[in-house]
Amino acid sequence: MTPIITLTGVQKYYGDYHALRDVDLTINEGEFFSLLGPSGCGKTTLLRTIAGFENASDGVVMLGGADMAGVPPNKRPTNMVFQSYAIFPHLNVAENVAFGLRRRSDLSKQAKADLVDEALDMVGLQGFGGRAAHALSGGQRQRVALARALILKPKVLLLDEPLSALDKKMREQMQAELRRLQRQVGITFILVTHDQEEALIMSDRIAVMFDGRIAQVADPQTLYRRPVNRQVADFIGVMNFLPATSTASEDGVDVQIAGFGAASVASEQCPGGMPTGDASVGIRPEMMTLLFDGQPSEGAVAIGTVAERYYYGDMTYYEVEFEGVSEPVTLSMKNLVGRPVLERGDAARVAWDPRALVVFEA
Amino acid sequence: MVSPPFIYALLLLAAPMGAILLFSFWTQDFLTLDTTLTLNNYREFVEEPLYGVLLQRSLIIAAMVTLVTVVLAFPIAYFVSFHVAPERKSLWLFLITIPFWTSYLVRVFLWKVILGFNGVLNSGLLGLGLIDEPLTFILYNANAVVITLAHAFAPFAILPIFVALERIDRSLLEAGQDLGESRLMTFWRVTLPLATPGIVAAVLIVFIPTIGDYVTPRLVGGPNGLMIANMIQTQFLKLNNAPMGAALAVIAMVSVSVIALVFVWLNRKWLRVKQ
Amino acid sequence: MSLRAYAVAYLIFLYAPIFLLPLFAFNDSTIIAFPLSGFTTGWFTELTETPALHAAVKNSLFIAILTAIFSTLLGICAARAGAKYEFPAKRGILGLIMVPLVLPEIIVGVSLLVVVVNLLDWSLSSWTVIAAHVLICTPFSIAILNGAFQNMDASLEEAALDLGETPWSTFRLVTLPLVMPGIISSLLISFTISLDEFIIAFFLTGAEPTMPVYIWGLLRFPQKLPAVMALGTILVVASIIILTIAELMRRRGLKRAGLKDTGGFL
Repeated sequence: MTPIITLTGVQKYYGDYHALRDVDLTINEGEFFSLLGPSGCGKTTLLRTIAGFENASDGVVMLGGADMAGVPPNKRPTNMVFQSYAIFPHLNVAENVAFGLRRRSDLSKQAKADLVDEALDMVGLQGFGGRAAHALSGGQRQRVALARALILKPKVLLLDEPLSALDKKMREQMQAELRRLQRQVGITFILVTHDQEEALIMSDRIAVMFDGRIAQVADPQTLYRRPVNRQVADFIGVMNFLPATSTASEDGVDVQIAGFGAASVASEQCPGGMPTGDASVGIRPEMMTLLFDGQPSEGAVAIGTVAERYYYGDMTYYEVEFEGVSEPVTLSMKNLVGRPVLERGDAARVAWDPRALVVFEA
Repeated sequence: MVSPPFIYALLLLAAPMGAILLFSFWTQDFLTLDTTLTLNNYREFVEEPLYGVLLQRSLIIAAMVTLVTVVLAFPIAYFVSFHVAPERKSLWLFLITIPFWTSYLVRVFLWKVILGFNGVLNSGLLGLGLIDEPLTFILYNANAVVITLAHAFAPFAILPIFVALERIDRSLLEAGQDLGESRLMTFWRVTLPLATPGIVAAVLIVFIPTIGDYVTPRLVGGPNGLMIANMIQTQFLKLNNAPMGAALAVIAMVSVSVIALVFVWLNRKWLRVKQ
Repeated sequence: MSLRAYAVAYLIFLYAPIFLLPLFAFNDSTIIAFPLSGFTTGWFTELTETPALHAAVKNSLFIAILTAIFSTLLGICAARAGAKYEFPAKRGILGLIMVPLVLPEIIVGVSLLVVVVNLLDWSLSSWTVIAAHVLICTPFSIAILNGAFQNMDASLEEAALDLGETPWSTFRLVTLPLVMPGIISSLLISFTISLDEFIIAFFLTGAEPTMPVYIWGLLRFPQKLPAVMALGTILVVASIIILTIAELMRRRGLKRAGLKDTGGFL
């Protein structure tokens, strides 16, 4: 894996506002990389710093081995798909796609036209070249923006929340298509998104950001299963946190979990470090199972009371209260044929596996 | 980027205004300018009743013009905003603004023709048998000035009100009616308060410049319709007493600004009480 | 319904003087009153035979063209700065530039007169008129151009930079085409305002009168009035043509930017 982008100690201030705090990040060639975080976390600022629209207040941005300090956006080997798509309204589709080819004096007019056709083909817009910009739907604008950026064969394609303006169906379709395009052209894609599901589905690796700082960089599975702190765990999917006390053991920690009891946990289940004393134990809803009608269990079982039930069609979510735990614990069960449901107030026997736990600092 | 227009405004607007203020404390001694600072011009303003009469009349006329213009303009702005199909709104606005851009002097002069003793209005009304002798209260007095200026400033009043009305979210009006108010009360309790910024802007944009017009009073005002601007013009161009003219200009500006500020302040206060 | 009837009556009120103009311009009598006596084009012929008028028109055109150019350039600077940049005291600075919109014109006239004649001891000329006209036209230019600049998505310029264009070629290829209709509309409106402006020009005009100043002089001579009506007719027709072009340009600009028309110059 060869790095294409290296950020070292990047800071960005807007007056007193500290938008990027000491960002270190390496992104590799051919990678689909996502910057994920809530709005205002600095992910778009980081993307724009890579593109050259913002200058880092401090730190080094290396792109393809070259220091980008003072290099304007038009001289960088990156191209961007803007959140608003920024389709030039006074140009038609083909003219929009060909916009960046104007300075390529080595190409004949015909060669440029062929490149445009090829690019439109690639994004599924064959024959749209003559369309006026304002006659396009949201999904089509997105495709034009992609073709316009990819035609320049950038080393890195930057995508600033490109799917946020689309409706759910179209978004899902474009997610698949972006992934396919990235494999096809083989260059690095950097996607900015606030949608954790989108980031998990599409990315090779994800950087999670809060308050201008990168909290964790990992592949989707690691991020989901081994979040480094409660903030990351909370942002990615749903996680229950149970108060616990922790003592060091041979190869990990022993925890005493409120409502659940004792468990031994391996060191890799403590991605943020091994706490001693007060701790917080995380477990995801799908990692617990309700036991119906005296069903036996080989593992640990906790006993609680059903406080609320939510029917989702494919799943049923239960909120279960345990003694000594103030927040109810959420768990999910697949709706299978013949599987019974529990009502509010029913006793719930919850089977859980210590291997599913993640231990954080309290 | 903003500096060229800013420097231009400083040099040609702020600096000359400062010069006028400075000038008003100087005096003209026939052909020489006496640059000792003195309040003589302001004393003369207080002591010579004509100036006071002119200023008072100007303010009253400006207030009347504003009242008439805004009251006449509001229904038009309302009509265009609420009752004209969206694609035809700009056509209406265009029609409303056209007369404003065309040949100001000739337009004012034609009001003299319309309102005169043998004018279009009188001959029309006589011909229809609605009056027995020509109306005389419509030319060469303050009424004529009011009518003519109300005509000249019409788009200045209509446009800000229209903009304010356009900004009103139409679902607010539906909410008003849904909550049990009649259409009239909805207008009173929702539309009108939300249109107030536009009305205030219209009032200011009509009231302040009106004080500075000397063409209309000269052409249709007659001796009792002359305004402070006519006196300023006379001081500068006929009597060659620039310092006195400057003092009058300063007094006129200050009076208008004070009235405008009081108006804005009262408006804010009233609105806050209502909320 | 009644509101529509009122609107139509109001339009008649607005247009009454303009409708009367051609009637008297083609009327074969020196008295500007009804009843009309007969048709003539003599007053228009008289216009063509008045060299003083031609000089005044030329002078006014010179002033109006330069005013249009300067105020539009200043308007572009201010509108772009207002739409794109944040700077200290932004509201105050832009507010000062817009002040001439509400300032009584006589104040602009006499204050510049005082500075130019009494303080600097320069002589009045067309340039003093141009200076004042630029001052009062710039706010109108800004109002028109603000629409054009603010409607433009900032990421369009970034996209052009991102696709390899320099800041200058971005301005030429993206910004300019998109705001061009606004610029033309601003040029035309400033031109019209300057051409028609009397109150300030009367104070600041030098030895060569502008057209409105010349007309003002004619208004004192009853026998000249029909010719003034003829001149007025020409001016009205010319302004309507210019304003129509300006309005069409504004609409084209909106359409180009893919936006809905919300109406009005201001």
